[in-house]
Amino acid sequence: MAFYSEKVMDHFANPRNIGEIKDADGIGEVGNPVCGDMMTFYIKVKDNKIEDVKFKTFGCGAAIAVSSMISEMALGKTVDKVLKITNNDVAKALGGLPPNKLHCSNLGADALHKAIQDYKNKKNNIF
Amino acid sequence: MKQIYLDNQSNTKLDERVFSVMRPFFLEYYGNPQSIYSLGCVSKNALEIARKQVASYIHANASEIIFTSCGTESNNLAVKGICEALKSKGNHIVVSAIEHFSVLNVVKKLQKDGFEVTYVSVDGKGNVSETELLRALRKNTILVSIQHSNAEIGTIQDIKKLVSAVKNSKVNDFVVFHTDAVSSGGMMSMDVKKLGVDALTLSSSVMYGPKGAAALYLKKEICIVSQMDGGAQECSKRGGTENIPAIVGFGKACEIAKEETIVNNRKVKKLRDKLIEELPKRIEYVYLNGSLENRLVGNVNFSIEFVEGEALFLLLDANGIMAASGSACASKNLKMSHVLDAMKVNVVVGQGSILFTLSKYNTEEEINYVLDEFPKIVKKLREMSPLYSYFIKTGKRKLSAS
Repeated sequence: MAFYSEKVMDHFANPRNIGEIKDADGIGEVGNPVCGDMMTFYIKVKDNKIEDVKFKTFGCGAAIAVSSMISEMALGKTVDKVLKITNNDVAKALGGLPPNKLHCSNLGADALHKAIQDYKNKKNNIF
Repeated sequence: MKQIYLDNQSNTKLDERVFSVMRPFFLEYYGNPQSIYSLGCVSKNALEIARKQVASYIHANASEIIFTSCGTESNNLAVKGICEALKSKGNHIVVSAIEHFSVLNVVKKLQKDGFEVTYVSVDGKGNVSETELLRALRKNTILVSIQHSNAEIGTIQDIKKLVSAVKNSKVNDFVVFHTDAVSSGGMMSMDVKKLGVDALTLSSSVMYGPKGAAALYLKKEICIVSQMDGGAQECSKRGGTENIPAIVGFGKACEIAKEETIVNNRKVKKLRDKLIEELPKRIEYVYLNGSLENRLVGNVNFSIEFVEGEALFLLLDANGIMAASGSACASKNLKMSHVLDAMKVNVVVGQGSILFTLSKYNTEEEINYVLDEFPKIVKKLREMSPLYSYFIKTGKRKLSAS
């Protein structure tokens, strides 16, 4: 058996939504290059829904797959729904991750939630 | 898809000539060498021929070769066995910081049993310093264990110089010098007499021989306490029925190594040098780990900045190229390789380490394929790396999340 599931390998080798959004409504960054993983998420929000999401990730196969998967799960959903997605949900959607990858590389939901928080903070400052 | 194997420090393909001599010992000559009927004698003879072949490769006497099951076992036997034999004289051990885990974890265990350990550091290229080694020696030092070469960075130590420094230090008259030469096996010629070592580890599985056989060379006058107790095999220094097919294969692999290493090395070194010269021309921000001069002929180890090593070797694998990495994510314990750490390689840069180890079976066509594919893989990963885009925008290196 391979180290990663087929789904992980697919999202890792062909990641969805790679990139940056220049006029993003929110940006969230988690991780630490010293530990080997860092993710930056950019979102556009319209009518309280994630209209667009892009990310850049430095890290192992799991870190890249997790980022790709959560970006797909979040697209088009309301901000509140996305805030309820956990790192665990992402791992499950990928068909599981090796145990030693569950803690260090499975940070996609955290990064996206941080971007949403950034969006909310900016919105509150305007009004 | 092509399959290009460039992880020969972890295992080599068996030489077909080795397989041919092993085959009859599975199906025809299956006698136990300890039995004195004819089938047993065939095995016993084969065992002793293999012992001579291994001894001849490293210029030892056949009676100084103890067969074991793997390099790890030989290192365990050497370190534990010598320390146990000399414990009435002292309890201090000196090892380098970049030894294989089969030395490092053994001395860690011995520490719990009351032995004291000094780890000698290495310079930025992985060389053990003679001055530091001499400083580490004490009146009660019983064992020095320093590897012949390093599997990960390819640095070859000047063992002859280090042995003579230890022996001339006159710190005491019983200190034993062991060297783990697993990574050098089949990759270079070795002469235990010229090196001056008291004990040397050699393993079959990385020198085109089978898995399941290895050796510990132990100089005639050096005492050792067995770690595998049982029958009288290996002069009671290592009990257990001998793995005759594997040992026969190991002997043949040593015979071939003795005759062909120099010729093979010319070819392997040419391919290695092509990778070392060409990759930095095709990829920016790459750094060679280890020494360029005293380097194993098959070893190429680069740190590729802004990308992570596991991602690199998974994408290489997806393109049919098998390599290794010293990054934290690529290891089971999620720590960067202790070798890169000891060389004080920047942790962020070390995360992007990639290791190609070549063998006599690799071809120029394969190396050209790697030179074509690898830069594309690095480009792909850099395009998705926030560290790279930050660097391109600001010219600065990002060290943590903002």
